[in-house]
Amino acid sequence: MEEKEIRFKSVKDMPPMAMSLGTMRINKTGTWRNIKPVIDYDKCIKCMFCWKFCPDASVDIKDELPVINYDYCKGCGICAAECPAQAIEMVKEE
Amino acid sequence: MRKVIMGNHALSYGAMLSRAEVIAAYPITPQTEVVELLSEMCANGILKAKFIKVESEHSAMAACVGASAAGARTFTATSSQGLALMHEVLHWAVGARLPVVMGNINRAFAPPWSIWTEQNDSIAQRDTGWIQIYASSNQEVLDSVIQAYKVAEKVLLPAMIVLDAFVLSHTSEVVDVPEQEKVDAYLPPYEPRYKLDPDDPHAFGGLTKPDWYYELRYQIEQAMEEAKNVIEETGKEFEERFGRYYGMVEEYKTEDAELILVASSTIASTARVVVDMLREEGKKVGLLRIRVLRPFPKEKVAMILKNAKKVAVIDRNISFGMSGAFYAETKAALYNEKDKPPIWGYIAGLGGRDVRIEDIKGIIENTYKEDNPKKDIYWIGVKL
Amino acid sequence: MRLTIPEQEIMTPGHLACQGCGGALAMRYALKALGKNTILTIPACCWSVIDGPFPYSAVNVPLFHMAFEAAASTASGIRAAMEIKGKEDVNVVAWAGDGGTFDIGIQALSGAAERNDNIIYICYDNEAYMNTGIQRSSATPYGAWTTTTPVKHYKREPKKNMVEIMAAHKIPYVATASIAYAEDFVKKLKKAKEIKGTKFFHIIAPCPPGWKTSPEITIKLAKLAVQTCIFPIYEIENGIKYKINFKPREKLPVKEYLKLQGRFRHLTEKEIGEIQQMVDRNWELLLKKEEESKNL
Repeated sequence: MEEKEIRFKSVKDMPPMAMSLGTMRINKTGTWRNIKPVIDYDKCIKCMFCWKFCPDASVDIKDELPVINYDYCKGCGICAAECPAQAIEMVKEE
Repeated sequence: MRKVIMGNHALSYGAMLSRAEVIAAYPITPQTEVVELLSEMCANGILKAKFIKVESEHSAMAACVGASAAGARTFTATSSQGLALMHEVLHWAVGARLPVVMGNINRAFAPPWSIWTEQNDSIAQRDTGWIQIYASSNQEVLDSVIQAYKVAEKVLLPAMIVLDAFVLSHTSEVVDVPEQEKVDAYLPPYEPRYKLDPDDPHAFGGLTKPDWYYELRYQIEQAMEEAKNVIEETGKEFEERFGRYYGMVEEYKTEDAELILVASSTIASTARVVVDMLREEGKKVGLLRIRVLRPFPKEKVAMILKNAKKVAVIDRNISFGMSGAFYAETKAALYNEKDKPPIWGYIAGLGGRDVRIEDIKGIIENTYKEDNPKKDIYWIGVKL
Repeated sequence: MRLTIPEQEIMTPGHLACQGCGGALAMRYALKALGKNTILTIPACCWSVIDGPFPYSAVNVPLFHMAFEAAASTASGIRAAMEIKGKEDVNVVAWAGDGGTFDIGIQALSGAAERNDNIIYICYDNEAYMNTGIQRSSATPYGAWTTTTPVKHYKREPKKNMVEIMAAHKIPYVATASIAYAEDFVKKLKKAKEIKGTKFFHIIAPCPPGWKTSPEITIKLAKLAVQTCIFPIYEIENGIKYKINFKPREKLPVKEYLKLQGRFRHLTEKEIGEIQQMVDRNWELLLKKEEESKNL
């Protein structure tokens, strides 16, 4: 499925019924937040609870480490609340 | 092969020959024979379909919608209360552009309870976007199911075949049941372009803002417009293959008629007999049978009626607060014509009241008598 | 690093759920368990909006949006089509909120269950009609505030026991789940998809705006619901065999759960005591049923 924004110019561009032609990845929900999680990798025990509990699938795994995807993170704070090592701090968005 | 079958069974044969794949239906008098025969056909292996014995008509149409969205050819049948219960989902089939085909046995609404024929149930669904075909013989019922699938699958709109309760549904007539191979040649398997398919995932029916919902509505109306031509084309092809033609309307002795009756379903059959009787007496009457109510054959109706001196429409339904439905729509079709005859609107046969030859003769007599209609509704036979 | 649930993401980010939405997490887990060979049908509920507007979608599997009452009947129709086409291994899933399951959708669900149609029905329960702005449903628990059960007339009726209703249909598999116990949910869903017949899941999905809670405690609430035995997680096979999947070592008092939620803030000590009694009674009954099941 396409990952770019879909623009119709006229009815001729449209499918016959309301049907998805792309994914919601085009919607960068990172703009929603006013606080953001910051991971302290010195404290991180790589349990991946942050990855597991994120309702927005906004924690990526890179080289066995959790990495917050700030394009989409809504700043709900679940990762910080659930981190057993208290390695995540919610800081104010500038 | 010629068989003597009732209208309900003609629907079942139509669905069977069309190789319906998923049938979901709920019983209601007088539709029960439709689904009973289909159940038997499935049980005997004649029809390879999944029959879902749903627990309500709303679920029946919902299951058909789901199955159709998943790429199956679907069929259901209902009547009055059941059709009304399905109403929400009828809209869904249209918006989702699914070619579901349904038989509706026209039955009067409750309260009070009635099982006899009246068209209000299907008339009340005029606005949904369903193609509506009003059949006046069991042969037409069977043939129309097959044609309906071809039309529906081309224009992507659902279609209902409508027939009178008991007068047609339970009346046995001689029907030529076509051979499966001939039907297969006319109606290929259903291959939708868009369907629920994990190999090509799409979400259907997502929230649509005013900036594009309007265009989706426009597309549906365009499909209705296209349906007019598709009905004629598929009708001509049907004639080539099976020897019977079904278009938007049926004209009977209208070319030189000075008074034209407009009617539908079984009243039209009786009217045909009356036209012949009056022609014997030298009266120039004719009959325009409206077979397809949606899309309404505006152009044909205008063309056929505009040169008549008088038009009498017989409705076996009433849109309360207005008039009979076929009457209002016939008038509307003629409004922009430079020459248009006066049009009388007669209501007859509500709640299954018999519409006899004398009643139709009376309608014609009254129409001849008056220069112009005195009112929008003439109630035939009402006991005042 | 050891992942306890499948790594592959099927649901994309960018969806429209509120911050801390339990329903979004429930879908994320469900799709991980079910895999891409899945067709969803979703009636009117929060997910009708969460998935995103036309022409986008967040779930990456075929999805048919449907009318409020019709989740189960639509799923039955989809399954029939799949069978007639010879596609036996597709998961056909009805994904509905509590409104579309307990209330308006109960008839279609009962019909599908009585026919034992081969579908998975998952009810993500945020305990009210959240999509329309927090009105009460029969899944709203006793004592809760909603816009139609304001504080002076808070909900007096207990939560409808949908799980028992489904078990009474004697369908092969019924299970509850909590988004705080992801491994349990995923495991049970993977088990269910191998069973033929109707499978019913009831997963608690806390809702910050509806429960008047802070988004970051969503998981904590989903855990407390289980640890207080307000929302036990268990399975019922064939309507008679009960198995409780998690027995808290220390059964926490309901107050620990209720006090975190604004929708319960008006409750007096006496009322909390009544709730504690109800919960204790239900838990005892459930333990007895599990005990009896061992004799079957």
